[in-house]
Amino acid sequence: MATQAMFRIWRGDAAGGQFKDFVTPVEEGMVVLDAVHRIQAQQAPDLAVRWNCKAGKCGSCSAEINGMPKLMCMTRLSNLNLDMPVILEPMHTFPVIRDLVTDVSWNFRVKKTIKKFRPRTPDAPDGTWRMQQADVERVQEFRKCIECFLCQDVCHVLREHHKQEEFIGPRFLVHVAALEMHPLDTEDRVTDLRRKHNIGYCNITTCCRQVCPESITITENAIIPLKERVVDRFFDPLKQLFHII
Amino acid sequence: MPEFERFSYDVLVIGAGGAGLRAAIEAAAAGVKVGVVCKSLLGKAHTVMAEGGVAAALANVDDRDNWRVHFADTMRGGQYLNNWRMAELHAKEAPECVHELEAWGALFDRTEDGRILQRNFGGHRYPRLAHVGDRTGLEMIRTLQDHGIHSGMEVHMECTVLTLLLDSGRIAGACGYDREKGRFYLWQAKAVVLATGGIGRAFKVTSNSWEYTGDGHALAYHAGAELKDMEFVQFHPTGMVWPISVRGILVTEGVRGEGGVLRNKEGRRFMFDEIPDLYKEQTADNEEEGWRYTQGDKNARRPPELLTRDHVARCINREVKAGRGTPHGGVFLDIAWIKERMPKSEEHIKRKLPSMYHQFKQLADLDITKEPMEVGPTTHYMMGGVSVDGDSQMSTVPGLFAAGEVAAGLHGANRLGGNSLSDLLVFGRRAGRFAAEFAKSNSAGAIDEAQLQATANASLAPFDRGPAGENPYQIQYELQESMQDLVGIVRTESEMQRALEIVGHLSARAERAGVAGHRQYNNGWHTAMDLANLLNVSEAITRAALLRTESRGAQFREDFPNKDAEWGKYNIIVKRGAYGEMQVERRPLEPLPAELKAVIEEMK
Repeated sequence: MATQAMFRIWRGDAAGGQFKDFVTPVEEGMVVLDAVHRIQAQQAPDLAVRWNCKAGKCGSCSAEINGMPKLMCMTRLSNLNLDMPVILEPMHTFPVIRDLVTDVSWNFRVKKTIKKFRPRTPDAPDGTWRMQQADVERVQEFRKCIECFLCQDVCHVLREHHKQEEFIGPRFLVHVAALEMHPLDTEDRVTDLRRKHNIGYCNITTCCRQVCPESITITENAIIPLKERVVDRFFDPLKQLFHII
Repeated sequence: MPEFERFSYDVLVIGAGGAGLRAAIEAAAAGVKVGVVCKSLLGKAHTVMAEGGVAAALANVDDRDNWRVHFADTMRGGQYLNNWRMAELHAKEAPECVHELEAWGALFDRTEDGRILQRNFGGHRYPRLAHVGDRTGLEMIRTLQDHGIHSGMEVHMECTVLTLLLDSGRIAGACGYDREKGRFYLWQAKAVVLATGGIGRAFKVTSNSWEYTGDGHALAYHAGAELKDMEFVQFHPTGMVWPISVRGILVTEGVRGEGGVLRNKEGRRFMFDEIPDLYKEQTADNEEEGWRYTQGDKNARRPPELLTRDHVARCINREVKAGRGTPHGGVFLDIAWIKERMPKSEEHIKRKLPSMYHQFKQLADLDITKEPMEVGPTTHYMMGGVSVDGDSQMSTVPGLFAAGEVAAGLHGANRLGGNSLSDLLVFGRRAGRFAAEFAKSNSAGAIDEAQLQATANASLAPFDRGPAGENPYQIQYELQESMQDLVGIVRTESEMQRALEIVGHLSARAERAGVAGHRQYNNGWHTAMDLANLLNVSEAITRAALLRTESRGAQFREDFPNKDAEWGKYNIIVKRGAYGEMQVERRPLEPLPAELKAVIEEMK
């Protein structure tokens, strides 16, 4: 492995910015976030980066590494070509605060617009429920989500078409799927999915699924089943026929 | 003169991990206005890192379990220095708190008959940990977050509190800054709940994130509250040791709960070599029995790998020091070996320990279903903290409450795995309830504007010194090195005296810290602000550890290697003296009521 590497890091804020090159020593086993920390400690103390757990569990250090949306803490330098500068940019879909840090507060506002969990009455006299592991597992896949928002970053509807006011994005479609498929939930979110969350904007390019660091099968397991529910309710030709009659 | 954005609440919760969110939900449910201040984004707090499970005597897997066994286990683990009232309430209320989470949408793994599944963990007599694979903490924080955002609380994300404000000795609010712009905030409040977590960043090898700088400990200390048990820092026996950049990241105890074993480089299962008397009766004396225990045999005793964390960490330390460690200075933790015992072991491991599989595969290029991991102790948890009333969680400062890791008492000298997730539910809930009550029966205190301005001005001083001042990252690094080397797993008087000197020097340098740039999302400035808290708790840990001239629980003194019955009668209290000096004193334990004493005797 190389003994040093160049990192081309975007520095700036909402008003604009530019790439700046930093050369720093690297060792076996290092991840991108280690290099950023080293640069911060030794060369650019005010370099802005958001991180927490450094183990791929909190989803804070999302960025674009050589153009790919990734967690900096889980991207090993040994998987990058260090003969070239490693290009680090903030996520493009969200407004920049500073350097590698973006304003992701939109996501937190969106979540509040989704109807919350509403369980059925308890199954047992002691107020508890009974569920089978197989039923739980289907939803556990969605609940692995660490809210890194890389799927939102890469979604065309948000990234290119800026439909943030109308479309909730893959992260929150996964969230709705987790609620809708929850064995205990009794709430109905299908109408909202169509009219308020605009699930129809998604044209299943699977980009979100490809960047998910938790390997959640976003498109196939979450979004498509939700689209099917919407279709069943609103576009079933037989039902429409009955409706007309 | 710096401007402040002003907010006013009945209850202000500082911290949005499990304890903070649980407190905020409870306070909001009581009908008061609640504000939450958190250092990171919502849902990113360290609770997400908790892996193994939440301890509650649900008795779903073994019907012999009940609150009395859980109480006795917790007291034994804490070497009887625990606040017995907290241990009692915790054991009694944990089951309903877990059920509450299920009612809010949490999806725990299930038993065959559809109830919440429970797993084995160190120091717990019966399988007691409700879990979701090995990502229980994420499930809990997301459940609390998703429930909480609909409860009316206002959340201030990425804000750090600089100081607590008092009015005639009673709490009046807090002030701090946001990371985004570096704006100053005043949060006026009738009651404040501290839920800031731990102090792990005072040490070099830690499983804790950058946030864990002892903020709540230091804030409470400066507000005049008493701290307790500060000498007890838990070193988790199994952190990653390689690659160097991930050193310290947690490897869940669940690996051992599922049958993982510890071996030295000679292949020996060294944990059988030394079993403490307190646990002899409950521990298997052969490998066969240990394996049966992990597979649910109710008649088998637990393998020594599942002894308490302090003991396992010291045994690992001993092996490494004796030259029997692995190439990167740890020992082997092997779960792959279970292929000798069960078919399809690879799938079993991936299903039971998915994030461990993922973590090693991605960060260390190692497949844990095929090869052993290399692990070593990592700074993990602070048993010590703000001394609180067992029922209400109020500190010695009226209106100031504390819950979760920042509070002391439940765990005594050593915490059992799984007891922190239940701790934050039980006492987060209590702190929220009693803080709301306090707020309802008290009016808002007056704000000292001069103190506000002084706090803001002091926090801006590093910009005046600029890059020519001391590098805050460097000071933090030197502190971590010193605490690791001198006040770590094995302690001795001369080394700790040296640590005190170093903390003194570093404090002086921290006063001269300088930062470049401006206030907007400036990590250098944030690090400079956190330094004072880190130095504060480091001093408290060291002074308390020096005073306790014995080895007990998480504290091991090389110069006093034995437990001393006399010391078993005292907690150590740290508080700020009249002249700003740190006072350390011992305080007799509250006498244990006869009925609880009987429970402990019965479970021996």
